This record gives sequence, structure tokens and C-alpha cells, in this order.
Amino acid sequence: MFVSRRPLGDVVYRACIAACALVIPTLLVLLGGVIAWAALPAIRTAGSNLVLGSTWDVAHNEFGALPAIIGTLLSSAIALVLATPLAIAAAILTAELAPGWLRTPLAFLIDLLAAIPSVVYGLWGIFVLVPLLRSYVMPFVTDTLHLGGVPLFSGPAYGPSLLAAGIVLAIMILPYIASVLREVLLAVPQSQREAALALGATRWEMIRDAVIPFARSGLLGGVMLGLGRALGETMAVTMVIGNNNVIPTSFFDPAYTVASLLANEFSEASGALHLSALMAVAGVLLLTTLLVNGFARWLVWRVRRAGGVA
Amino acid sequence: MTWLVCGAGIVAVLPLLLILGHIAIRGFSAMSTTFLVHLPAPAGVPGGGMGNAIAGTLILVAMASVIGLPIGLGAGLYLAEHRTTRLANTVRFLADVLNGLPSIVLGVFAWELLVRPAGHFSALAGGITLGVLMIPLVTRATEEMVRLVPVALSEAALALGFSEWRTVATVVLRTALPGIVTGALVAMARVAGETAPLLFTAFGNPYWSWDVRRPIAALPLQVYAYALSPFDDWRAQAWTGALVLVSLVLAIGIMARLAIRSRQRLARGASVGRSTRA
Repeated sequence: MFVSRRPLGDVVYRACIAACALVIPTLLVLLGGVIAWAALPAIRTAGSNLVLGSTWDVAHNEFGALPAIIGTLLSSAIALVLATPLAIAAAILTAELAPGWLRTPLAFLIDLLAAIPSVVYGLWGIFVLVPLLRSYVMPFVTDTLHLGGVPLFSGPAYGPSLLAAGIVLAIMILPYIASVLREVLLAVPQSQREAALALGATRWEMIRDAVIPFARSGLLGGVMLGLGRALGETMAVTMVIGNNNVIPTSFFDPAYTVASLLANEFSEASGALHLSALMAVAGVLLLTTLLVNGFARWLVWRVRRAGGVA
Repeated sequence: MTWLVCGAGIVAVLPLLLILGHIAIRGFSAMSTTFLVHLPAPAGVPGGGMGNAIAGTLILVAMASVIGLPIGLGAGLYLAEHRTTRLANTVRFLADVLNGLPSIVLGVFAWELLVRPAGHFSALAGGITLGVLMIPLVTRATEEMVRLVPVALSEAALALGFSEWRTVATVVLRTALPGIVTGALVAMARVAGETAPLLFTAFGNPYWSWDVRRPIAALPLQVYAYALSPFDDWRAQAWTGALVLVSLVLAIGIMARLAIRSRQRLARGASVGRSTRA
């Protein structure tokens, strides 16, 4: 029997799944739109002072989020510097170097570690890392190494600090970057490795000269994904950074991040302008992470496509 | 050089294992049935537990699943069906981007849309936010699992006269279901640990609450509040709460990955006749 029209069930089904798929772009557009609209009053009033001003004074309606923005950038930078080499090493270990029987369990372990909630890292940070920094690391740097006078390590060092936040962030994003980088390295075609080995390269030379250059943009993308994660991380950072709304001048200074600002002030925001300013700051964070994540995903996608994996 | 990289790789994993061990040790000391079923005691008074927080997390995750699972399933089916069309690639890309957004920004968004018009915090707002967080995770998992179903199966069903929706419902989904279920469980575990979006949607509640239009307690929120408190007893309970949270996430994660891997091995074996990889 030739059926000339599609059955009703199919039409409904196709419409349903298309609608579900369209929810995702709709959500993103809605997200951007709502936050932008809610931030308008503050943008009209404060303008560029929102991102360039250094004073966040709610009582006098002065909203300069520069300390928070700088704190976010610095803590993420510290986290990247600490985590990237180790993540690359872990990725190489799980993708290339580990013996076959160890690879999957190790990758499995790293993926699991990436799933631990951030409030747990924050808890550990408050009760283990910060006292460690306060009692051992900071005195070591200031007294034993005599770096207390150097601007980067000066100022009161009582534990919660930019450095603590950077370290906690590094520990958090490390498994995340490692698992993305592992996927990227696995996407490199076997032919590249075999060609290098056939030309007489040692194991390490093969990795260094054949695998890594092929995956270069993907590696960058993976690191940027970690950056995107670090920029938006809220709980663990809020618990160890000291929440001092001042531009930090030293690693040991308590500082602030945009996410912490939102977490601390949002539920008790007083006044429409305060709320609107917080929305504007959230919008800045949203825009930054959108750009970083979008670019990073594209880079990773490029390597996977070149390697033959969709 | 190889040894250096190996060493660095092990150094990378070590702090995480140490943290887990620390949580297990510190968390175990305050663990008891009281902790699991009782309300928090007043500040400074020893005893009490996080029963309402655990119940609250379960309620929030259930609400999140009502939103996240159907939409994620539908989107995943769409992406698996239309693999490389422009719209499908865009949706897949945007799902990954949505996945990587700071959860606090989603909380702010939900506040503006759900809390502000209502005039009060509510469990419903928290549940919806977590549901939105779940969508990209479930989409990804569904797409991957449906892709693993051999094309021959659905082609056979279509050849026998099944309509498309019936093929999906009876053949494709039934084959991919265990994988999708485990993917959904992983998404639920991920979402159960989220704190930031709940800070200004569900807000927290020191009592039992079954009304979804009122604020509700949640385990990560409680751990956060107790960690920042000045009371030793509460701090010890924060460790136990963290232990419960981590055990939940890890247990589901381990089960899920073990189940998914055996699925992938099965599917790879079944697709021996196909010329291209998934």
C-alpha cells in the first residue's frame, strides 16, 4: 500500500523533538536578553564605571566592579598556570604513555574527580588549605625566603587569599582539562603516530613531534574550556578568597571575584539600582564565559573533525 | 622525559585523592542515623542533622528531572536523527556552551524570571533552574547512546512498515534505554551537587518543607552554610554532608560509567558489518 501522506504520529513526533531541540537556543537567547534588560538601569546610570570603577559602595549607589573583575581574571590565571602543565601531563599519560590496562581506569578516575561538587572543594579549602597556607606556606615565603618585601608577596597574610583561590581552582579544573585534552589527543589519527615511529622517533619524540602539533588547537581549546570553568566557579572561590572588594596587589591579599560578588550580595540586594548593577556584572560574566567557551569548543571541534571523529 | 610526564600526571591526580580521603575521614566522625533523618539543631546546640536538606535535594532533583529529562531526551533524539545539518550542529554547539556557563548566572536568570515576580523564594524556582542545567547533559548522553544503536535495527523496523515514531519508541529507545538511564542518572547526580543556582532560588529552609512554593533546604546549601558558621558541631556536620554528597555523586558516576562501557562494547560488536565508525 502506498501511503501518500506521513502518518500523524510521525508529524507529532518530529515536531516534538524539533521543539525540544529548539529549547536550547531559545534558553540562551532568553538568558542574554533577560539579563541585559535587567541590567539596563544600571548601565544607563553608571555606564562604564561599572567595569572601570574601583569602588563598590552600595550605600552611596556607587558600583564599580573592577576589583571583582580583576580578581576573577587573576585567580583564573593562577589556576591555569598551575593546572595546565599537570593536566597536559595527565592527558598524555592516559592517552599515550600508560600501559593499556591502566589507561581506562585512570581516565575513569579523572572523569569521576571532575564530577565532585564545588562546595566540597570549598569546604576542604577553608579547613585544610587556608590553615596550611597561613601556618606554613605564607610564613615560609615571607620569612624564610625573605620575599615579604616584594610587592607580589607583601601585605598581611592571614590565609584566605588570591593564592588560595587560585590553588583551589587549579585543583578543580585539572581533571576537567585533563579529560578534554585526553579526548583531543585520542582524536589524532593513528597514522600520524605510526608515521613518526616509522621514521625512527622515540616514544616521547613521537608524542612531541607528531601528536601534539596535530592536536595543538584542540589543546588550546581544552585549556580555554578550563579557563571558562574557572571564570564562573562560585562556591569554592567564595569560601577561600577572603571576599575583600579591593584590587589585590599581592598573592596573599584577600580579593573578590564576580561570582563571589553575586553569591554574597544577590539574595540581600537592596534597592533597584543595586540589583540592576549586580545584573550588569552577571551580564559581563555571562558574555566573557560565552566568548571563551564558544571559542574553545570551536577549537576542540576543529581537531576532532580533522582527526575523523564527528 | 617520559618518566617526567608520568610523574607529573600522578602528581596531578594525587591532591584529588587526598581530598577525597580527607573528606571520608572527617565526614565519618559525625555520621549517624540522627544526621540523616533529623532537623538541624538550633545554633550552638549539639546534635541535629541534615534530614531536611537531604529530602530537599531529592525533591529538587525530582523537579529538575521533570523538566530536564523530557526536553533533553527530545533534543538528543533530534540531534541523533539529524546528525550534520546546520541546525543540528548549531544546537549541539549551543548545548555545549550552555553546559559550560557559570551556574550562578543561570541562578540570577531564574531569579529574575521566577522569584522576583512571585515575590518569594521557592523550591519550584530551584527545581526549574536545576532542570535547565540538566538539559545539555541529558541531551549529550541521549545523543551518544542513540547513535550507538545499529542503523540496521531501525531500518529493519521501517522496512516492516513501522512509522518513524513507532520505530523510535519500540526499537531505538528500547535498545538505547539502559545507556540513556545511566546518562540521566549522571546528570541528576551532577545537578544534585550544584549550590550556586540555589542560593537565590530555593534559598534554604531550617525545617521540613513539602510546599514547592516555599523555600526549601538542600544538601549543598546546608554544607555551605555550616562551613561558614562559627560552631564546631555544625562544621563537623558540614564534613558529613560533604561525604554524603560526594558518595552519592561518585557511586552514581561509577555505576553509570561501568554500565555505559559495557554498552559501547556491545554496540561495537554489533556494528561489525558497518563500514564507517559512529
